[in-house]
Amino acid sequence: MDIRFTADEVAFRDQLRDWLTDVLPTLGDPPDSDDWPARREWDTGWQRMLYDAGYAGINWPSEFGGRGSTPTEHLIFLEETTRMGAPYVGMNFVGQLHAGPTLILEATPEQQARHLPAMLKGEEVWCQGFSEPNAGSDLASLSTRAIRDGNHYVVTGQKIWTSFGHVADYCELLVRTDPDAPKHRGITWLICPMDLPGIEVRPITTVAGSSEFCEVFFDEVRIPVENRVGDENDGWRVAMVTFSFERGTAFISELLGTMNQLADMADVARNICRNGSSAWDDDEIRREFGRLQVEYDALWALTKRVVSQAQRTGMPGPGGSVFKLYYADVKKRMAELAHRLLEREALVFGDEAGDEQTGGDMVASRLYVLSLSIAAGTSEIQRNIIGERILGLPKER
Amino acid sequence: MDFELTEDQVALCDGIRDLCQGRFDIDTVRGLADCGGVDRRLWAELAETGVFSLLVPEDEGGVGLGWAEAGLVFEQLGRALVPGPLVGSLLAAEVVDDAVVGFIERPTGPALVEYPDVIDALLVLDGDGVWRVDAAELSIDAAHSVDPLTPVGRVDVLPQGEAVGGCYGWANRAVFLCSALQVGLATGARELAVSYAQERQQFGKPIGQFQAVKHMCADMYSREEVARAALYYAGCVMDATMGPGLPANPGGDLYFHGCTIDPHDARGDHEHRELVRAVSGARILAAEAADHNGKDCVQIHGGMGFTWEIDAHLYLKRAWALTPCFGSLDEHAERIAAMV
Ligand SMILES: Cc1cc2nc3c(=O)[nH]c(=O)nc-3n(C[C@H](O)[C@H](O)[C@H](O)COP(=O)(O)OP(=O)(O)OC[C@H]3O[C@@H](n4cnc5c(N)ncnc54)[C@H](O)[C@@H]3O)c2cc1C
Repeated sequence: MDIRFTADEVAFRDQLRDWLTDVLPTLGDPPDSDDWPARREWDTGWQRMLYDAGYAGINWPSEFGGRGSTPTEHLIFLEETTRMGAPYVGMNFVGQLHAGPTLILEATPEQQARHLPAMLKGEEVWCQGFSEPNAGSDLASLSTRAIRDGNHYVVTGQKIWTSFGHVADYCELLVRTDPDAPKHRGITWLICPMDLPGIEVRPITTVAGSSEFCEVFFDEVRIPVENRVGDENDGWRVAMVTFSFERGTAFISELLGTMNQLADMADVARNICRNGSSAWDDDEIRREFGRLQVEYDALWALTKRVVSQAQRTGMPGPGGSVFKLYYADVKKRMAELAHRLLEREALVFGDEAGDEQTGGDMVASRLYVLSLSIAAGTSEIQRNIIGERILGLPKER
Repeated sequence: MDFELTEDQVALCDGIRDLCQGRFDIDTVRGLADCGGVDRRLWAELAETGVFSLLVPEDEGGVGLGWAEAGLVFEQLGRALVPGPLVGSLLAAEVVDDAVVGFIERPTGPALVEYPDVIDALLVLDGDGVWRVDAAELSIDAAHSVDPLTPVGRVDVLPQGEAVGGCYGWANRAVFLCSALQVGLATGARELAVSYAQERQQFGKPIGQFQAVKHMCADMYSREEVARAALYYAGCVMDATMGPGLPANPGGDLYFHGCTIDPHDARGDHEHRELVRAVSGARILAAEAADHNGKDCVQIHGGMGFTWEIDAHLYLKRAWALTPCFGSLDEHAERIAAMV
């Protein structure tokens, strides 16, 4: 076990810091959270800057246009960009963090050549069309139907909770190709262009009043067979590859952003005056800050373990489920601490611009954290995974 | 960076685990409660294996490893419930010749001394340094310990003893080693609970198939893994900032200002802050993981869990015995809050 960075890793970090110091001041202010065209421009513009500087696809292999960095360098990249306040991956999330890596492992050379460079340059925004109204936790029961017709799949059905569905160019789409096979064996993974005739996207308003996810309706949408990733009816296995990335390292920037947020909150606590003393003088409040810091530090250490395992085996380890489960709980506790500080100010949204995922408005954040134990597999499902796959307890069914 | 165990570290863990399984099976461990917690012959085997001389340099007859490894070894000892004054005996290895050595901070009033019938000497930490008190000098009244594997006695007046060194870093080290034992206890309790959940049948199926039980097991594992990550990180930070052995006090306010943990002791250079933050963090998470996993282990055993016969209580009680040492969890939380 060695937590120290090697000389190469330090050199990588220093070079990155220099670059960030140069470019971040040129960025201007982030757009309003409900101005979708501006958000797209902001997120993809940042992706393009990363590309031009050689930092796009940091962990993707170089033969696919990535930088081919080690998992540790990826971690340094996320740490430094978050620490220095660079834009978050935003709507490039699906493309960069799980669709891209899935294509690298599972797609044909033609598919890779078509999409990977475009993802890296910020020219393609992707979304994930997995969940359906009747297939959430029990995803394998999905029923969006794809019927083969010559060189096309004709797709009819509905997806839901599709984050950034209204701005995306492509979708990683799971469809049912064999309704008679056992449910895990009749699924296929398709690349679906979002501008095909027959697709209708309707934004859904979240509890925060924003609309970053959508319903997507498919009415006899013709998707070319050449857009299939993996074999027909082998889509569940491909989806598991996607999940391993989604749960493995996808939450690193979030955690780091949260740690920044905790430090900002501590400053707020020190400056809030109540009955002649600061909120920070309250033992309970101060200790809760200490405890949260302890838990975030430990999750950061756990992340380093998961990353080191990935460095040895090429795939993120099962620590990802533990991380996600634990993180959701701790982040909710932090939101509650924020609200003990805000008191009646908790009634109004702050006017601070900023991404609710990485900092910014504590009131918006209190709402956002509710999704952490739901999205990407609920906490109940993560506990099932840990209980069954890691601890070997008997399956429910 | 490679924050995974090296091959040598894996082999070290395996070796200690084999030793524990071979020499400290649960019947033997329970039997040790009848002889003050330590059997000299078994203790000598631990010493020969190098458990106490892990950090002593090789040219001085030790094993020459670091704090990360000491953490791994103590984790395995905790997992196997090995009793005895393990922390004191490791810390004492470089400064005194005694074999079985207790270690406490000097209280303002009467002291509770662990393993009173078997220790050769007691090291006492106070603001002026570390002192050796010969066991023969201690006048001990019997007390009824909550943990059968951690017998204690009362000492009304703790003699001053003879000075053995400055107090530099001792409390952090003791806290770290206690945390390692507790991560092991959390693991042992979780393993016992999971195996019972697989065997025990009710309503025609293993209780581990019920989500209420399965999810409790998953939470036990999560706590343990998070605490383990914090512990290993703390071990690495200790190696990076202190190195093995006991260097002389570099002067000033560095590290502990005596034996009590000063909640505002977060001054000093960056490395010092890193170390305090890592060690106090591991302390809180390990103590809580051991406590919660011990309780959940009792719960998962149902009525059996409330019996003396089932080992669940041994994990829990040992966890309890290890927590009130070198600062309360609140004090550790305060130290870290001072750095947020
Ligand atoms: C912010 C956000 C973004 C999302 N983005 C996307 C996206 O981009 N693409 C996409 O495909 N999906 C996305 N999702 C969907 C997400 O993956 C699902 O919401 C999730 O898998 C749960 O499915 P469900 O909503 O149908 O809830 P259900 O599965 O109906 O669950 C309802 C409740 O029942 C519990 N439950 C269900 N089954 C079990 C069980 N076996 N044991 C115990 N409890 C159980 C659940 O834990 C939950 O509490 C997103 C969700 C959110 C909140």
